This record gives sequence, structure tokens and C-alpha cells, in this order.
Amino acid sequence: MSQLIFERSVPFRRAVRFDTCDVPEVKLDEKYVRLSKARLPEVSEVDIVRHYMELSRYSFGVDNGFYPLGSCTMKYNPKLNEFAASLEGFTSIHPDQALSSIPGTVELMDKLSLSLTEITGMDAFTLQPAAGAHGEFTGLLLIRAYHKAHNDNKRTKVIVPDSSHGTNPASASMAGYTVVSVPSNNEGGVDVEALKAVLNDEVAALMLTNPNTLGLFDPNISEIARLVHEVGGLVYYDGANLNAIMGTARPGDMGFDVVHLNLHKTFSTPHGGGGPGSGPVGVKSCLVPYLPQGTLIKEAYGYRYIDERDTLSIGRMRSYYGNFLVNVRAYTYILSLGCDGLKSASQNAVLNANYMMNALKDTFPVAYPQTCMHEFVISLAQLKKETEISAKDICKALLDYQMHPPTMYFPLIVHEALMIEPTETESKESMDNFIQVLKDLKQLAYDDPQKILNAPYTTPVKRVDDVQAARNPILKYQFK
Amino acid sequence: MADYLSNTPDQQVQMLKEIGLNSLEELYANLPQDLILQKPLNLALGQSEFSVFDTLKDLSSKNKVYKTILRGAGVEHHYIPSVVKQLSNREEFVSAYTPYQSELSQGILQSIFEYQSSMCEITGMDVCNASVYDGATAAAEAIQMVIEKNRRKILVPKNIHPQVVSVMRTYTQWLNVEIVDVECRDGVVDMDDLKSKCDDNCAALFIQHPNYFGLLEDVMDISQVVHSTGAKLVQYTNPMTLGYLKTPRANGVDIAIGEAQPLGIPMSYGGPFLGFMAASADLVRRLPGRIVGQTVDENGKRAFTLTLQAREQHIRREKASSSICSNQALMALTASMYLASVGPSGLKEVSEHSMRKAHYFANELVKLGFKLKYSGPYFHEFVTVSPLENTVIERVLDEINVLSGLSLSSHETLWCCTETIKKEDIDRVVNRLKEVIV
Repeated sequence: MSQLIFERSVPFRRAVRFDTCDVPEVKLDEKYVRLSKARLPEVSEVDIVRHYMELSRYSFGVDNGFYPLGSCTMKYNPKLNEFAASLEGFTSIHPDQALSSIPGTVELMDKLSLSLTEITGMDAFTLQPAAGAHGEFTGLLLIRAYHKAHNDNKRTKVIVPDSSHGTNPASASMAGYTVVSVPSNNEGGVDVEALKAVLNDEVAALMLTNPNTLGLFDPNISEIARLVHEVGGLVYYDGANLNAIMGTARPGDMGFDVVHLNLHKTFSTPHGGGGPGSGPVGVKSCLVPYLPQGTLIKEAYGYRYIDERDTLSIGRMRSYYGNFLVNVRAYTYILSLGCDGLKSASQNAVLNANYMMNALKDTFPVAYPQTCMHEFVISLAQLKKETEISAKDICKALLDYQMHPPTMYFPLIVHEALMIEPTETESKESMDNFIQVLKDLKQLAYDDPQKILNAPYTTPVKRVDDVQAARNPILKYQFK
Repeated sequence: MADYLSNTPDQQVQMLKEIGLNSLEELYANLPQDLILQKPLNLALGQSEFSVFDTLKDLSSKNKVYKTILRGAGVEHHYIPSVVKQLSNREEFVSAYTPYQSELSQGILQSIFEYQSSMCEITGMDVCNASVYDGATAAAEAIQMVIEKNRRKILVPKNIHPQVVSVMRTYTQWLNVEIVDVECRDGVVDMDDLKSKCDDNCAALFIQHPNYFGLLEDVMDISQVVHSTGAKLVQYTNPMTLGYLKTPRANGVDIAIGEAQPLGIPMSYGGPFLGFMAASADLVRRLPGRIVGQTVDENGKRAFTLTLQAREQHIRREKASSSICSNQALMALTASMYLASVGPSGLKEVSEHSMRKAHYFANELVKLGFKLKYSGPYFHEFVTVSPLENTVIERVLDEINVLSGLSLSSHETLWCCTETIKKEDIDRVVNRLKEVIV
């Protein structure tokens, strides 16, 4: 593999130079001054370019190949969005500039919020949360503020399905709630009877994803929302799977009181290798008084941000107003697709998933064999039993085919799970290719399992030792 | 309309046939039909790329972009090298997912490892995570790193960025954590008040250094007081200043956090930014978020992987100390590239030049009749009490395309200088203000 940039260091080598300082020297007391220079890499510009070009070769993005990661919605990231987000009028603005000096930004944020309310069927949005998990935490604080304002302080519990993403219970804990898990039924939806058994006046909220993490739309959703409301609780929508239903259905209509969106999933903003994302939160009007400081609101005389004077607000979730440049990309996407394109995108996301599921159903058992939404889960439990080849092994073998493996071992309720989400931007040929590869690998698992166990063959490293990494952590460069 | 679909309508029809359906609408046949929207979303129809870009250009051109920026408070205008802009845009980095599949993602993993290493170097710390959303949430997350069963008090001086403190309070509002103010004297931490409040119930003192007013704190002295009661010291800092200033580690700090936007990231109207968190080795298992570690593969080759994942939400669920899932990977990559581009000498220069410009500017303002509000040493930011109202200063400078310092009250301003401010810019500002005062 490649050298670390520190290993390319040559003393006194430099890339960028600055002009000589044109103002006098200043001597600070020694006690404040750094004792020795940081051992940052000393490299030339050519070194830097070659280094990162090499690192880019050992990276794999949607732009490189198929990325059917269930629950991540790895759709194509339009290049137009990048140009929009790099316009100087957006990038070179200090966040403490007066709103009157940036009417373009204000208009964009307002229109984005309005578009999101329309898409989700909610009443208002805050663009502040930096990611999905941040949005969840925000939403739970909103719920808690609501109950507090209604002097309803015995509500200490939040219900979370056992199929939920880990951020759901973690966010609930951060808001000081106790988490109660509710099981799924045989159709992959929430077990309504089990839910009724845990619903009482101690429940603050139920958190749901719909379609759920198995890629299935819960047909009981309106009933579920009604049951929670009946005991005085609120219903939270994890919007990670919104890509299945844009233009066809809306969480606001299903009875949800608060939703978060993942702009880096549904709205095409790039994942960046793990961030930055953006997790705007939408609310019904009952929760508007509690929106965080740093949310843009429109009043009679103009726009302002919610601040300390808004005493019901849950407070500030982060500095400033959100991942603005990510929000610019999402807005650009919404304008490009429009109401027709957004609906078509979701429909094709669902079509592509069903197409693949249908093509694979005779190869691997589908965990919940019914028309799926934008993703589906197959189980390799039987394969493992009969050949010792696990879902992980299949994923390792896939690495040699210039495609990213699907999500493995999630959701936890399916054994040897692979969750596949092609998204709408994938072509039929690309999907057919993946299907064929999976079929070939299954055959290989029976014919010559060792070939799979020895995979991958073509990656720069092979079967990385995670155990050692955790047991003996080396978390930074070890200088000689 | 741009919809970025590859499959043509004909292909869609063919695929529908294969799964036994006649239309796209039928894909939703199992949904409760009363939830199906009967009319299109009330949004405009999709538009061409040409049209959309025109709209975005119009919006951005309505905004005022200042040529000279004297406003900081944690978000700064520094020069971003072209090599950083170019390389951080590479599609392999931009369009990649979190590097959970190590064999396929050694490039991303290595870049995060390099970021962690660089941040450890400039802070003097042993470990650094792969980043969190921003400096303010880093401060909030750091609270979880220090609290113990019997230590639930967090001390916060009044000279920390108010937004940072605000986020710390928001994050802990329902948790058994008490945030207590520490008074300041002449803009810096009041040692007497600190001593009176720092006891066995204290988990940590958070300080900002250089602080919100730009002043330098006596961190060593503070760390002695704090550690004598068994509490930890957390320093919130602008990493750019660490090119010149003593490392948090050398000052006895346990956890260094802050906003790393000044390292190659544009001001971006507030985001996406980069929250960094670095700590001493004993605290590694309490660090939230992702961390990349070095290991080997089955052939003994060096490899990188996400590690210590048992801390995180996807493993611990409700027992995780933080729900954080994503990091700010692309911003961390950008900062790492920036640090490599400027190198140790360059970072020192950026830091030192910023400091010298600020001092020159402050001295010129004082000659005009402005007063420095605080008497102690400062770095690249300072607060003035001015003979003019801030609204006048802002307007007058706006007219010459200068964004004035941050208004703290009717006559108090927090000014910031970076290496991008030329002497002639400062002279121009001073001369204009002189005209108005006279």
C-alpha cells in the first residue's frame, strides 16, 4: 500500500508559501509560545498531489461503481450540485453577516424549508441539525419540551422497534429517556399487540422508520400513530427511507409529529467518505414553539433566527444555522427534479429494488417476500449452514468485482442479512451484472468454497485484522 | 427535468413486466390507499440544468461578498490553497460512503488516520477522533468524556464563545449534569472564583484559549488548580493558533477540542464545519464518534480500519454515550490536506501573521481614540471600546467593502485579523474611520 504523508516528508520541503509579513513583529511572553514546531508533513505540492491521487485510487465512491448499501441510499451525486455549492456568494459569507446583506441565502433557506414541508406533509422545518442522528436528538428534545410545556412530566419512555437503526435508541438516551424495545411481527412491521402492551401515559414517543429498515411499508402505520396519540404520546419519523415514497406518500399524512430527513441520502448530497451530511427536522405546528435557536423564521417585518428571547426553544443544537453548503446541494436537487422528478425518482427506486428482489428470490431467501419498497433483505443463513460461507464472506468476494457490497448484518433481526438498495439512478445492466455475480458466487460457495474464503484477491489489502486494531490501538502516526 | 435516471421508460416497462406489474403506481398497491397522494406535490416541475444553475447564480449574486473581513469569533477567512480545493473535490472521496469495508476504502481510512495524526501533532495529544459536526458539539460531546458518578459539575468561564456554551447546555438539559459559570476578571478566568468553585464534585473546567475576547489565558496555572481537585481540564481552541502557541498538552490540558474551520474550509455561512476532539491516551475509550486505527492484513501488510467501534451507537445502541453516526470526513480530509500544504512552517506563519496583523491594527485603532477593553495579552483577536457607535462603524466600512468586527454591544467590537489582511487594507480602514471620527 501507499506511504503515509508523514513518510514522504523531507526536511524544509514546502508546498504553499506566504508573502513576507508587512507589519511589525510582536513578541509574546515565552510562556505562551510553542516550544517546537509541529511535526506536520514537509512536502512539495507535487508530493501532495501524488499522495492524494494515490489515496483516491484506493477509495471507492458511487462514481466508481455500484453501491447497493441498504439504508444508505447511495444514489448518484449530481455534479451541478457541486457547482452550485461552490458559488462564491454562498461559500465566502461569514455566518455573523447581517441577514440584510445576504437575501439570496435567506431566500434559499426559506424555499428549501418550504419545499421540505411540502414533500413531507409537515408544517415547519429547521435546517440546523448536521446529520440524521443529530436530527433525531433534536426531534426528541422537541418532544420532551412539548410534554414539559404541558406539565406532563411522567413520560420517561421512548419506544423503538427492534429493527431500528442504532442512532434511534442512542438519541433517546441522550434526551434522558429510557428505551423500550418493541418486536416486529412476521410481516416485518410493528407488532401492534405488543405495542399496545407497552403504551401508557409514561410513553413520550414512538420512533419509527417507514418504510422500515427491512424495506417494508407498515400497513398499520395510521393505526399505530393513532394508538400513540391516544395515550398522549408523539410519533417520530426517522426519514432515512424517504427515498421510497416521495411524491406518493408523506409522513405528515401518516400521523407523524416530527420527522428528520437525511439530505445525504434522499436528496443526493454526497456522503464524502462519512460526512458531512445534513439532517433537517420537520414538525407539525404543535412543536413549532420549541424549535432550536438558529432556525430561520419569517415574521411580519422580515426574517430572523430563533434566539435566547424565544424562551420555549429547546436551545441551540450546534453553532450557527446548519450545514448550509450541503443544504444548497439539496435545494439544487429539488429544483432540478421538481415535483415530477422527485416522484419518478422514488418510483424507480422501488422498481429497481423489486426488480432485483424478483431476480434473486430463487437464489437466496428474501427475509420478507412481498412487494418491497426501495430496499430488501436477503438471508444467507441457509448458505452458511450448508457451505460455511457467510454473508461477510460473500461481501469479501464481491470486492473483486468493482462494486461495493450491500449492507451486512443489519437489521439485526435477520440472520446473515444482506440489505440491498440499488436506488433509482442505477441502470438495468448494472443491476443485472450484480445479480449474475451473486448467482455465480452462490454456485462457487457449493463448488469451491475455499476460493471464496480466500477472497478478496484484487484489493490492496486483504482481510484486515480488526481484532488486533482494537486490542492494540495505534491511532496516530508513530514518529521514529 | 433532470432526474438522473439511467433506465428509459421502455426499460422501466420491461422491468415492470418481469415482476408482473403494469405501472409504477402498482408498486404501491400494498400501501393503505388513503395515504396515496392524489395530486402532485405543490412544487414546480423539474427544470433543466441550465435553468437551475441560473437560479442558483442569481441567488448567490444577491449576497454581499466582502473583500476584507475583520470578523472572526471562531469562523475565519484564511487563504485556501488551490491544491486543497482541487484534490478535496475528487469524486472518489466525495462520493464514497463511510469506510466500513476496509479493503475497499484504504484511501479514505488512511486520510482519516493522517488527519488524526496531524491534529495530535498540533495539539500535542495522544489520540484524536475522526471528527464531529463542529466545535460547539465537540464541547457538548466532551462533557460525556469527563463526567463520573460523583463528578457531575462542569465549570464554564464567561469568556467562552456563547454559542458553544449554549450547545453544552442544550445537550445536558435532561441529564444529571450541572453547568456552573466561572467569573472573569479583565476578560480572563478569575482564579479566585475558579478556586472557590473547583471542588471534588467537579468533572472538568472548560476554558477557551485564546478566549472569546482573543485574550491569552494562563493555562498552566489553571491546570494546576483544576488537577489539584482531581478534575479534568478541557481546552476549546482555534487549531490555527497552535502553529504559534504552546500545545494544550504542554499546558497540562486533558482534552483539546474546537472548531477547525480555519484549516482550509471556507466560511460557508456556518457549515459544514469540523469539530475536532483530541485527548490524552487514558481517555481514548471515552472518545465519541469514529476512530481509525492502524493494523495489518492477513499478509502482514499495513492496513487501516475503523476501530474501537464498541463505543459507538451501532453496537451499544441506547448504552452508547453519543448517538453520533457520521463524522465530517470530507472536511477532515480538507483540513489534513491544508496542514500538509502549509506544513509546520506555513502553519506557524499563518498563525504568527494573523497575530501580528491584529496587533498592528489594534495599535492603529488606539491611536484613533479606540480603547482596548482588556489589558492582558491577546493573539489574533481583540475587543475595542470605540468613540463611534458600532452601527456607524459597520456602515462606513461596508461602504468600502469591509466587513467590520463582531458587534458585542453598542460600542464594543470583537476584531479578528488573519494572514489575508494586508497592511494597506488596515491602513485604508483606519483612514476611513479617522475621517468619520473627525
